[in-house]
Amino acid sequence: MSNDIFVVAEHIKGALEEVTFEMLGKGKDLAGNFDGNLVAVLLGSGARELAGELGAADKVICVEHAEVADFNPETHGQALAEVVKSNSPKVVLVANTSMGMDLAAGVSIEAGLPLVAYVTEMSADNGRLTVTSQLYGGKMNVESQFEGEQCVVSVMTGSFSADAGRAEGTPAIEDVTPSLGDPRVRFKRLIEPEAGDVDITQQEILVSVGRGIQNEDNIPMVQELAEALGGALSSSRPIVDNKWLPKTRQVGKSGVKVKPKLYLMVGISGAPEHIEGMKDAECIIAINTDENAPIFDHAHYGSTADLFDVVPALVEKLKG
Amino acid sequence: MNIIVPIKQVPDLVEELELDDSGKALNREWLKYKINEFDDHALEEALQLKDALGGTVTAMALGTDDIDKSLFTCAAKGADKLIKVTGDFDAAVASHVAAKAMANVIQGLEYDLILTGVQAADDRDGQIGVLLAHYLGVPHVSVVTGVNIDAGKALVNKEYSGGLMGEFEVDLPAVFGVQAARETPRYAPVSRVRQAMRNTELEEIAAGDCAVAVGSSVSRMFKPETGAGAEMLSGSGEEVAARIMNIIREKGIKV
Repeated sequence: MSNDIFVVAEHIKGALEEVTFEMLGKGKDLAGNFDGNLVAVLLGSGARELAGELGAADKVICVEHAEVADFNPETHGQALAEVVKSNSPKVVLVANTSMGMDLAAGVSIEAGLPLVAYVTEMSADNGRLTVTSQLYGGKMNVESQFEGEQCVVSVMTGSFSADAGRAEGTPAIEDVTPSLGDPRVRFKRLIEPEAGDVDITQQEILVSVGRGIQNEDNIPMVQELAEALGGALSSSRPIVDNKWLPKTRQVGKSGVKVKPKLYLMVGISGAPEHIEGMKDAECIIAINTDENAPIFDHAHYGSTADLFDVVPALVEKLKG
Repeated sequence: MNIIVPIKQVPDLVEELELDDSGKALNREWLKYKINEFDDHALEEALQLKDALGGTVTAMALGTDDIDKSLFTCAAKGADKLIKVTGDFDAAVASHVAAKAMANVIQGLEYDLILTGVQAADDRDGQIGVLLAHYLGVPHVSVVTGVNIDAGKALVNKEYSGGLMGEFEVDLPAVFGVQAARETPRYAPVSRVRQAMRNTELEEIAAGDCAVAVGSSVSRMFKPETGAGAEMLSGSGEEVAARIMNIIREKGIKV
C-alpha cells in the first residue's frame, strides 16, 4: 500500500467540475498528513488536455480508452477499480455526485475497500482518517473511522475550498490503458435541458417552493407571489419530481445553482442537496413550520408561521 | 418483465431526531419510520412498466422492525409479490450488508430488472443499488429518471447537474437507482393496505451469509452546529408578512 491520496477528477463536456478542485485542495492536505502524493485520476478520451489544470496534483493518471470516451457507469467503474487495485492508494476521493455515485460503491466492492459516503469533513490524526457524513437530510452529522489502512470516501460538493485545489502547470502524466470487455452499458448521447422556460439563474428575485406546499393546486398561490415581487418561481426537487413545475425551475444538486438578491423559500426544509444550489443568495428568507428544519441554519431570516397565512398576506401587501 | 423493487424504511425526517446514550446512534424508541421516498419512486416506475409491458413487480425488504406494513403498502399500490429477507438485522444495518443480503436472495429469483431508490437518508456506507449490482454482477446506472424497455434492453436517462442528462442503453438484467418516476408515486389508502394484509402473502426468505466487511464504524453522531442561524420572525402570518416587506424594502430589493 502507498500513502497516496487519489482524486477521481470529474468532468463533463470538456470541463472539470468544481468539486474536482475541492477534492484536490483537501486531498493535498491529506497527502501532507500522510506523507504521500496527491494523484488525480482522469478518465476519458481527450481528457488529458485537462491535465494542465490539475497542477495541485503530484501526478495525473490518464485513462484513455474508446469505452471511457464519455462517462459510463460500467466502464469508468471497471477502469477505476483497475487503477485503484494496481496502485493501492491510502484514500480514494470520489465526488458524491451523479457520476461519483456510480463509481464509489463499485470501487469499494471490486477493490475490497471500505466506503463512507456523503462526507463533508475529513481529518487525519496519527495516520488515521476520520470523516464526517451529512445524513438524515442534513439533520445529523455522523463521524466514522476506518478499520483498515485504505478507504474510499465520497465527498459532498461544496464541502471544501476549490481555490485550494487550483494550480497551473501539468504534473507528470502516467498513461494507463485498461482492459475493458464488451460493455453492457452503452452511452448514447447527452440531452441538454429544454430551453424556452424562465432562466432562474438570471433572476434577482426567486420565490422557491418545496414540499410544504402540499399539493399542485397550491402552486398558483406562490406563482402569484413571485409575480408580485417581480421575480420567478423556483423549487426544490420533490416539486419537480412530482411534475408540478418543470425541471428548469429546480434549484440544487441535480438542478441549478442560483445566486439571487432575494431567495424567499416557502415550505422547503433545506436538505443538503438544496442548500448546495442556493447558499450564496444575498438574502435568504425561509418560511417553514418545522422549527428544527435545517434551512434555519442557512437562512438570514426565518419564520415558523404557516405559509398559507404568510403568502396571501404578502401578495396583498405587494399588490396593495 | 419481472421487476424487483428493494425498499427500505428511513426515519421520518419531519420528526425530531435524538441520540441514544452511546452518542453513536439514533434513539429509535419513539422514531417514526416511512418508506424511503426514492424507493416509492422506484416502485411507481416499476408499476408503470408493468402496466405497459405486463409481468410482475416484487417488493422486497430486509426484515427490520415494523417492515411488514411498508411491504403491504407496496402490495396495496400494485406489487404482486412481497419478500421479507430475514436475518439478524437492526434498523441501522449497513448498506454493504443490506445489499449482500438482498443479492443472496435475488440470486435465487427470476428477474429482468431491479429498480430501487437512488439513495436513502441514512446510507452512510454507500447507496444500495450500486452495491447490489456489484454483488450480483449486473450493470447499473444511478440517478435515473425514465426507464424505457425495448427488445430486451433498457434505455434510461441519467441526470447530471443543471438539467443535463445522459442517455444510456443497458443490457438486462440491470439495477437502476431511481431518482424520480415518470408519474407522482401513487397513494394507497389505509383500507387498501388492510386488504393487502389479508390477501397478499408475505414470503420470508433467509438472507444467508451476508457477513461482508463494512470496514468502518460510527465513532460519534451529533446534530450539525447551527451557524449564525436565521433571525426568526415571530407572530401571525400577517405580522410575518409585514416584517418580510420591511426587510426587502430595507435591502432595496423591492420598493
